[in-house]
Amino acid sequence: MAAQAESGGATTDTYKEARTWLLMPAWLVLLVLSLAPVSMILIYSFLTKEFRGGVIWEFSLASYDQFFFDRGLFGDEAPQIEWTYITIFWRSIWQAGAATILSLIIGFPTAYFIATRSEKVRPIWVFLVTIPYWVNLLIRTVSMKFLLRDQGPLNDFLLSIGLIDSPIHIVNTNFAVQLGLFYSYLPFMVLPIYASVERYNFALSEAAADLYATKWVTLRRILLPAVKPGVIAGCILVFVPSLGSFLAPDLLGGAKNFMIGSLIEEQFKGNAGNWPFGAAASMILLTMVLIILIVFARRQAKAEKREG
Amino acid sequence: MKTLLKNTVAASAIAMSASVALADGKVVVYHWFEYMPQELVDKFTAETGIDVVMDTYDSNESMLASLKAGGIGTYDVSVPGDYMVKILANEGLLGTIAEGELANKGNIEAQWLDVDFDPGRKHSIPYQWGSTAFAVNRDVYQGDINTTDILFNPPAELRGKVNMLDSQGEVLAMASLHLGIPQCSTDRAQLKALDAMLQEAKTYWASFNSDTAKEVLVAGDAAAGMIYNGFSAKAREEGANVEYAFPKQGYIAWMDNVVLLKDAPNRDNALKFMDFLLDPENVATLTNWTQYSAGVKGVASLLDDALRTLPEANPPADAGPATFIEVCSEETQAIYDKIWTNVKK
Amino acid sequence: MAQRKYDIKSYRGFGAMTILCLVVLYAPLVVVTIYSFNASNSITVWEGLSLRWYVDVFSGPESAKFKLAAWNSFVIAIIASTIATAIATLAATAIVRGGKFRLRTASIGLISLPLMVPEIVTAVATLIFFNYIGFDRGLLTIVLAHIAFCIPFAYLPIAARMQGIEDSYEQAAMDLYATKRQVFTRILLPLMAPGIISGYLLSFIVSLDDFIITNFVKGAGIETLPTAIFGAVKQGIKPNIMAISTMLLAVSIIMVTISYIVSKSDNTK
Repeated sequence: MAAQAESGGATTDTYKEARTWLLMPAWLVLLVLSLAPVSMILIYSFLTKEFRGGVIWEFSLASYDQFFFDRGLFGDEAPQIEWTYITIFWRSIWQAGAATILSLIIGFPTAYFIATRSEKVRPIWVFLVTIPYWVNLLIRTVSMKFLLRDQGPLNDFLLSIGLIDSPIHIVNTNFAVQLGLFYSYLPFMVLPIYASVERYNFALSEAAADLYATKWVTLRRILLPAVKPGVIAGCILVFVPSLGSFLAPDLLGGAKNFMIGSLIEEQFKGNAGNWPFGAAASMILLTMVLIILIVFARRQAKAEKREG
Repeated sequence: MKTLLKNTVAASAIAMSASVALADGKVVVYHWFEYMPQELVDKFTAETGIDVVMDTYDSNESMLASLKAGGIGTYDVSVPGDYMVKILANEGLLGTIAEGELANKGNIEAQWLDVDFDPGRKHSIPYQWGSTAFAVNRDVYQGDINTTDILFNPPAELRGKVNMLDSQGEVLAMASLHLGIPQCSTDRAQLKALDAMLQEAKTYWASFNSDTAKEVLVAGDAAAGMIYNGFSAKAREEGANVEYAFPKQGYIAWMDNVVLLKDAPNRDNALKFMDFLLDPENVATLTNWTQYSAGVKGVASLLDDALRTLPEANPPADAGPATFIEVCSEETQAIYDKIWTNVKK
Repeated sequence: MAQRKYDIKSYRGFGAMTILCLVVLYAPLVVVTIYSFNASNSITVWEGLSLRWYVDVFSGPESAKFKLAAWNSFVIAIIASTIATAIATLAATAIVRGGKFRLRTASIGLISLPLMVPEIVTAVATLIFFNYIGFDRGLLTIVLAHIAFCIPFAYLPIAARMQGIEDSYEQAAMDLYATKRQVFTRILLPLMAPGIISGYLLSFIVSLDDFIITNFVKGAGIETLPTAIFGAVKQGIKPNIMAISTMLLAVSIIMVTISYIVSKSDNTK
């Protein structure tokens, strides 16, 4: 999203006079229902924890200290750098990134395919992609796990056609975690890309072909830049929620390691009941996401300048 | 825009809550979803004219978080587990029931009357109880299962096939039983040993699944799994060849209790609701439906035969002791949190 | 020429990927549908064909609870996603078609905020906030919370689409003395339709499936399908959920089929 802000996009000032009014509802709703709660969490992250949840209104840096410094099991050793939480964050970024790439590989062709159907059936295809998500995540994931397990239908099928000799072990692996994330957010990649490609002017592709560009060159140099806003929107909609998600990946992947989401959940809903620490971890996550998006946007802008 | 929004929402809110009539009064119950049969709710309303308004939660901790975030004062009663009764009491979130206010208090079985988590039952009454241990798939492993080694030092057949509950309290309590150390130990050597033992044990574990603890056993994803006794019985009924263990080192007992919350807006109705849930006939209806165990006198004879003889609810004579999960001090809890994070980092 | 245009548009392998995508999306639903007819209490072991869970959904002792939960989920999702999509469309117009202004980046940041904060944090914070301002929990609190976190999901596809629309159409219309309001409703909105539909559908499924936030901000007596499913920890998940899910699927597929038939019979275009 910052990417769009930085790279500018196709902005005009047609509705300059009305923009305050156009933005007013979003501002109203989000100031009250998002910024206010988030500000409260920011404050909480600098307060003292109350045992079993809640906060004591006393300034403290203990939460950030806990995140970055390890003082041993009993908290009385000389501080060292705490790798535990950094590892958890790094793992989540990695898994979310892998899930995003997986979604892009499957989602882009699907979006393109839908956008090139006849105008009448396109909305039906769009519906088809979202209908599975009318079924609850837990139920869908349990069924997904059923298909993937060692003696499940997928392995049976692959064995019977002789593609593999022994079952592929998927459930409770890292790959299963990525698969769970991928599966949770696939339409969030497909739909924004579809909305962009649908607008694409195929005369551009024809022009490129007339100049003897191969189809793949056309795809890379002409189509992709034209639909980039959709691709970026899709990647953000998969990557960012994946960072904080844990239900589907835990079910498929076995929850052997904390994800950022489950770590924070544990602070509010687990035995720990350490709200300030959960708040601090959330703030670090928020900062991290912002940095990733801004760095990404800067690079994009630079690359665009270079290409001229 | 905003008023339009409010009107639209308010209109549909009225349409949807029309079924909640404003009758004689109400009692607001904060409960687990599907933990009380509808027929019992209806019976209570029919007998007393009091409507039951039910809100639900999915774990003791989320109930606590919700009450602390401001829910207290909007609910009359809730149904926390044993250790959570103590935590709620320590937090000052419970109302006190004076002697004589509950007509049926005498129905509580003696062993559940003076419990550690609520001495003298000043805030709570028993709801249902059971145990937490583990179940083993007998097709995979035929040896002795009545030992906590199954979870923490499993035989070769079960290594890499163990599912644990994704819950710090239960896993660390079971681990303490395994090592023979007290729960919430403050002894440094013992805590270090606990940490070290779990670091090794986790290499044998396949997954942490609480929501689907039964399903992983039935489907065969896990060959042994930590589980509540009722779920183990259900897994068996669903065709899994699993046996529930009563380890000689001991196992975890749990008891859910109806508590009176602080600042209950309908205190009198709440007490009527609690009295209703101490009547043997009602408790029998409840117990036959939940398939757990009751803590009220005179229920046994009203139970279904199958339930009375359920192997999961009837420990053998040589079983270890059943212990409730203890509530640790703040210092120990901080160390427990570290140990748990080490397990899952 | 027509032949060549066809060639330009189609990439080898894209069709296969689409089929793979649909298989991934629908294979688990086949399992759900089959197991909704299971005679057993289990959602993982097959015992034989039976309609008992459908009977249970319609006339079981707990059926009223589940029906109400499903109904609540739908009403909340429709209200929340409709309002969120409207807000997001207006906001996208201001941000993409409103020129450069000081609060532009801040607005984009604000709109994306609900996306970047883990759900449990939003849940706890929102609950504390509602209590602080003395707002009684109930259906309204759920709807408001859902609107907030649906906005970014609606905004992103809509804004991405709008960036792809050159403003030449709008300029041409204005040259012909159309007012800005007319340009917005007659030119921009129709061109935006695929983006708006995408945004609407995404926010709809996000709202329909939300558990963590709903669980915290719902008031007494209000249950949605996700809270009913995740809350069933004491009795376990039963196939009645699968029967409800299958019926939801059936309803949605019937809707799609009808719209397909309608669109086919409409030969005016």
